[in-house]
Amino acid sequence: MLTIDNLHAGIEGKKILNGINLRINSGEVHAIMGPNGSGKSTLASVLAGRENYEVISGSVDFLGKDLLTMSPEARAGEGLFLAFQYPVEIPGLSTINFMKTAVNEIRKYRGEEPMDALAFLKLMKEQMAMMEIEQSLLSRSLNEGFSGGEKKRNEIFQMAMLKPKLAILDETDSGLDIDAIRIVANGVNKLRNKDNAVLVVTHYQRLLDYIIPDYVHVLYDGRIVKSGTKELALELEEKGYDFIKNEIGVTEEVND
Amino acid sequence: MNTTAYFKERFDLLQLVDKGNGIDIIRQTAFDNFNKLGIPTARHEEWKYTRIGGLFNKEYQLPVQELTRSVSKEDLDVVRLPGHEKASELFFINGLFSFPFSVIRSETLLVLPLEEAAQNEYRDIVSKHFGDSGKYLNDGINALNTAFVQGAVFIHVKKGQTTDQPIYIYNITDASSGNILSQPRSLLHINEQAQVQLVETYSTIGLNESFTNQVVEIIVEKDALLEYYKIQNDAGYTNQVSTTHIRQVGKSYVHTVTISLNGGIVRNNLNVILDAEFCEAHLYGLYLQNGNSHIDNHTVVDNVQPNCYSNEFYKGMLDGKSTGVFNGKIFVRPQAQKTNAYQSNKNILLSNAATINSKPQLEIFADDVKCSHGSTVGRLNEEGMFYLQSRGINEKTARSLLLYAFAVDILEHIKPAPIRKYVDKLISERLATGTI
Repeated sequence: MLTIDNLHAGIEGKKILNGINLRINSGEVHAIMGPNGSGKSTLASVLAGRENYEVISGSVDFLGKDLLTMSPEARAGEGLFLAFQYPVEIPGLSTINFMKTAVNEIRKYRGEEPMDALAFLKLMKEQMAMMEIEQSLLSRSLNEGFSGGEKKRNEIFQMAMLKPKLAILDETDSGLDIDAIRIVANGVNKLRNKDNAVLVVTHYQRLLDYIIPDYVHVLYDGRIVKSGTKELALELEEKGYDFIKNEIGVTEEVND
Repeated sequence: MNTTAYFKERFDLLQLVDKGNGIDIIRQTAFDNFNKLGIPTARHEEWKYTRIGGLFNKEYQLPVQELTRSVSKEDLDVVRLPGHEKASELFFINGLFSFPFSVIRSETLLVLPLEEAAQNEYRDIVSKHFGDSGKYLNDGINALNTAFVQGAVFIHVKKGQTTDQPIYIYNITDASSGNILSQPRSLLHINEQAQVQLVETYSTIGLNESFTNQVVEIIVEKDALLEYYKIQNDAGYTNQVSTTHIRQVGKSYVHTVTISLNGGIVRNNLNVILDAEFCEAHLYGLYLQNGNSHIDNHTVVDNVQPNCYSNEFYKGMLDGKSTGVFNGKIFVRPQAQKTNAYQSNKNILLSNAATINSKPQLEIFADDVKCSHGSTVGRLNEEGMFYLQSRGINEKTARSLLLYAFAVDILEHIKPAPIRKYVDKLISERLATGTI
């Protein structure tokens, strides 16, 4: 589904990704872990198409298409979804209006008719219930006054509404307590099927107890330095990122 | 056009055709004042960013009599606001009040020619309050309106009456045969315990330029409530100086919303004088400007008496080469202790050529008060844009959603539902193009 080939990228003159190679197939869950500054969020941002990031070289193929030439909205149309680490608040734009516009714009991109208003409302209520989001939030402004946990649950709620092919969860578990993690993981797991895939970007292993990865990759200094199965995550948790550094023979690192 | 000579000629004509009712004396004083003060130039502090002088280089006809071509009912139907079947509708045509076209649907409302009110049981109110705006706006533009006051009305809202019938005031300029300078004038008295919703619009018929120099003076008595909505959406070749001067003479509540969407040069003077204890005033404004249009919102909140509360919130979006001015004055007189006065002006600039001059001006002479002011200028929220785009929403739609979200803060203060829907639609249609 997704093939990243030797991706180099940076921001504001600073190079962060130093040759990422990754392949994700349908039905798989991949986790990317790494210490702060390793490039986790940069990778997520570059895949989603954030403007200030500059791709220096390499390519990304998504479902047979060149992802990097697409606008962010086209990527979403093709089935890419990013659950933000810090979802922005938009006072004055109601959640329902936002969701309806998003759903229908994506349908338009795919040549489908807009969703019937009643069907849409029904779907919204169902998914909100699943993510344990209060119905009153429907008419409130998007993310305004939401706690950290509510914002993250709202991201997965949007994922449930848009049913992407590839969902990238950017440190979705940061700032969440155990109950919130369970609800979020439950939502993600319910949406999984053999035709879609999930890329979990995380610093901690905790979330991976609930969203069980098929593959775990360790990102260090803008490169994937080690890949394994879910046991690798547990090993990292036990030994810390230092053990990776030692394995790849890093003594003193100066980030440029 | 030799302005001085032209105005003198029109003034003399007016004094000739409309005399002996006491108004001619008021006009004479104002005309002398106008000649003394002159038309403001860029050197006048209050007009520094609004080059009103330029308008006077054009040929404008100043009507002193009813036009020979009268407007038709069809012309007027086009400008009626939603909900007009239930409203009292007052029409000013080229600055003169039209009794034939106006419809009073409420028993609580009385509309009289100003000269009549100046001589009957309302003469004390008229003599006390007519011209009050001149004390705060001592400039030639204000004097010019008074110098040519004709076809003005006294509007009285009876005591203790809540009317669920709003008052719509339509200011129509017929510029089909030439450029017109129209100068509507009214004095509104809202009696004790009365509640009023007032909506004002401006429309120009014809393709020549119009310049509306309007003065509305309002007195709000004890326990009364005034909601005042001004909608400025006239063509780009129309200009306005619109003065709304409100004096709260008893404990009362004033709520104003000024929506400025289009026009050439538009200058609003909104004065709220809190002349009694425990008054409350809310001033809201929204301006969407594009092309070469210019909007200047000058406001004055004068805390004359103690314990008053005022809140001012103006938001603007400027694109193209448009320019905006916000000048919010707050006065707190020495005796006005326990004043709470708040002011905020927020702006979004959507192009490199658009500019905004935002100036809060607080003059505080009492020491036990709470006052604040804030002003921001920025670009459209880029993080918000990316978030919407990442959900499949294209750039144009994302921009219009964010711009609309910015405007909602002010729109939700329009209380009459048909007017709220009407303004909402105007703005949504404007924003649908992805710009303003």
